[in-house]
Amino acid sequence: MPDVQIQYSKSASMYQLFFRKENDQKTTHYCPGCGHGTAQKLIASVIDELAIQDRTVFLSPVGCSVFSYYYFDTGNIQCSHGRAPAVATGIRRTLSDAIIIAYQGDGDLAGIGMTEIVHAANRGENITVFFINNAIYGMTGGQMAPTTPIGVKTLTTPEGRSKSRDGNPIGMCELLASLQAPAYIERCSLSTPKQVLRTRLAIKKALDYQVRKKGFSFVEILSPCPTNWRMSPLDARAWIAGELEGDIFPLKCFRDVPQEIQPDSLSVIRPDIVTLLTKDSILKTSYDGPPRAPKYIKIAGFGGQGVLSAGELVAFSALEEGFNVSWLPSYGPEMRGGSANASVICSDEPIGSPVVDCPNVLIAMNNPSLELFENSVTNNGIIVLNSSLVERKPRRTDVKTYAIPATDIAKKAGLVSAANVVMITALAAITGFLHVSTVKHSIGNVLRKKLYTDKNLEIVENTLSYLREKEMM
Amino acid sequence: MNHVEIHRDECKGCAVCVAACPHGCLVIGDTLNLMGYQYVEFVGNDRCTACGLCFTVCPEPGALVVYGMKKV
Repeated sequence: MPDVQIQYSKSASMYQLFFRKENDQKTTHYCPGCGHGTAQKLIASVIDELAIQDRTVFLSPVGCSVFSYYYFDTGNIQCSHGRAPAVATGIRRTLSDAIIIAYQGDGDLAGIGMTEIVHAANRGENITVFFINNAIYGMTGGQMAPTTPIGVKTLTTPEGRSKSRDGNPIGMCELLASLQAPAYIERCSLSTPKQVLRTRLAIKKALDYQVRKKGFSFVEILSPCPTNWRMSPLDARAWIAGELEGDIFPLKCFRDVPQEIQPDSLSVIRPDIVTLLTKDSILKTSYDGPPRAPKYIKIAGFGGQGVLSAGELVAFSALEEGFNVSWLPSYGPEMRGGSANASVICSDEPIGSPVVDCPNVLIAMNNPSLELFENSVTNNGIIVLNSSLVERKPRRTDVKTYAIPATDIAKKAGLVSAANVVMITALAAITGFLHVSTVKHSIGNVLRKKLYTDKNLEIVENTLSYLREKEMM
Repeated sequence: MNHVEIHRDECKGCAVCVAACPHGCLVIGDTLNLMGYQYVEFVGNDRCTACGLCFTVCPEPGALVVYGMKKV
C-alpha cells in the first residue's frame, strides 16, 4: 500500500508518553467513554492547526482533568480550585504573546470559581476558557454540581435535585452573555459525531480570536460522565442529546462580537512610575563581587515584636546590596499577641521558592520561637536569640549562638518596639553579610512612622556599642 | 487501502467509535487487552473511507490511527 498515508493520529501537541504512571504511559487516566479525552484531543488538534504549541500555556483545573499537564506538551500550570481565570489574567499581564487556555469543569468554574470567571469575562481578558459541563462533580464521586438538572439523582441529592431546595441549574453561557465585554460565547456538545465536529469549530474560533487579540472567548462543552451518571458511554451521549441539549442547556452561539483589545498602559515600563516606586532607595540591580553564600533566614516571635518588619529590613537591605530576595510572612489573624514568622531568602542566584524549611539563620525573638524552629536550623547555622525574653540556651551544639538582650537595649533607648532593629543590626554586624550602613539606610524605607527614624538609628549605634563591649564584633 | 490501525492496549472499549462509524467498520471484540477491556477491532476492509470520525470521537489520544489514500 504505497500511497496510504496517516490521515488522523495523535496530536503533536500531546506528549508521546505520559509520565504520570510507570505503566500504561500511552493512555490517559480518564474512565472509558469520558468526554475529557475527546475534548482535549480536539483542543490539541486545533493547537496543531493554528501552530501555537510553543506559546500556549494550558491551565489545568482541580477536578478529573487535574492531570492535563501530563498530556499537553505546552506550557502548563495547575491552578487552585476555580482560579484558572485569575491565573490566566496574571499570565496575560506578563506574557503578551502567550496563548492562554483555561480548561475547567463545572464544579471548578461554576462552583468555587464563579467569582474568577465572571470578573475575567467582565474585564474582557484576551484568554480562552473551555468549560467542560458534565452536570456533576466527577472526581469526588458524583455530588450535585451547580449545573445538575432538576430531578437528577446524585450522591448529595438522593431524591433528585429540587428547585426549592437546591435552586435551578446555572447556565454559564447565559450568565456571561449578560456582560458586555466577552467577544465569543458558544455552547456545544459531545453527544454525537456531528456535535463533536461543531465543538471543534467552536474551539478553533475561540483560539483564533485569542490569537488575533479579539478578546475573551468562552466555549461550554456538554460532556459525558458515564461513571458518575451510571450509564454506558453510548447511553451517556444519548442522555446529553435528549436531556441536556434541550431546554436546560440549549446549543447555540450566545455572542460573536470581536473586540478591539487596547494595550495595557501599565505593561509599558514608565520612568515616572519607576521613580515613584524607588525614589527613597537606590536599589542596585547587579552585584559583581565574589559569590556569596545564600542566606535562608527565619525570623520568629510574637505578633507586635516587629517580626515581619525585621524581615522587611533584611530584605530591603539585601536588595540594596544586589541580592535576589524573597520575603514570605506567616501569621495568624491577630495583629498583636499571636505568633508570627517571616522567611527571608537572600541569594546571588534566582530564588525558586520563598519557603524556608531549614534556615541557616534563625532569629528567635521569644521562647516559643526557639522551641519551634531550633531543630530545623542547618548544621553550622546561626541562632541569634533575644536573651531579654528567651530564658534558655539552645540545645544544639552544632550551631553558633549569639544572645542579644534586644528588648532591654531597645527599652533603654525608650522604644521597646525596636527590639527587631537591634536583632537585625546584630545579625549584620556579627555575620557581615549585610553592611550596617545599608541597614541604617533601609530603616527609612521600612519604617511606617518616620517620626521614629532618628530613634531607630540611635538604637543601631547602641547595639553596635553593646557588641563591641562584649567583643562580639 | 483505507483502514484504521488499532493500538489494542490503549483502547478502553467504550464503543463510541463503533457507533460513530458510518460504515460499520469497527466492532468490539471478545478478547481482553492488558488493561482488561474488550478492545475495538477493525473489520472495514473495503468500506472504510478514512473519514476520521472514529478518531475524532475517541477519548484516547493514541488508540486509533486512520490511514487513507487521499493526501492530507
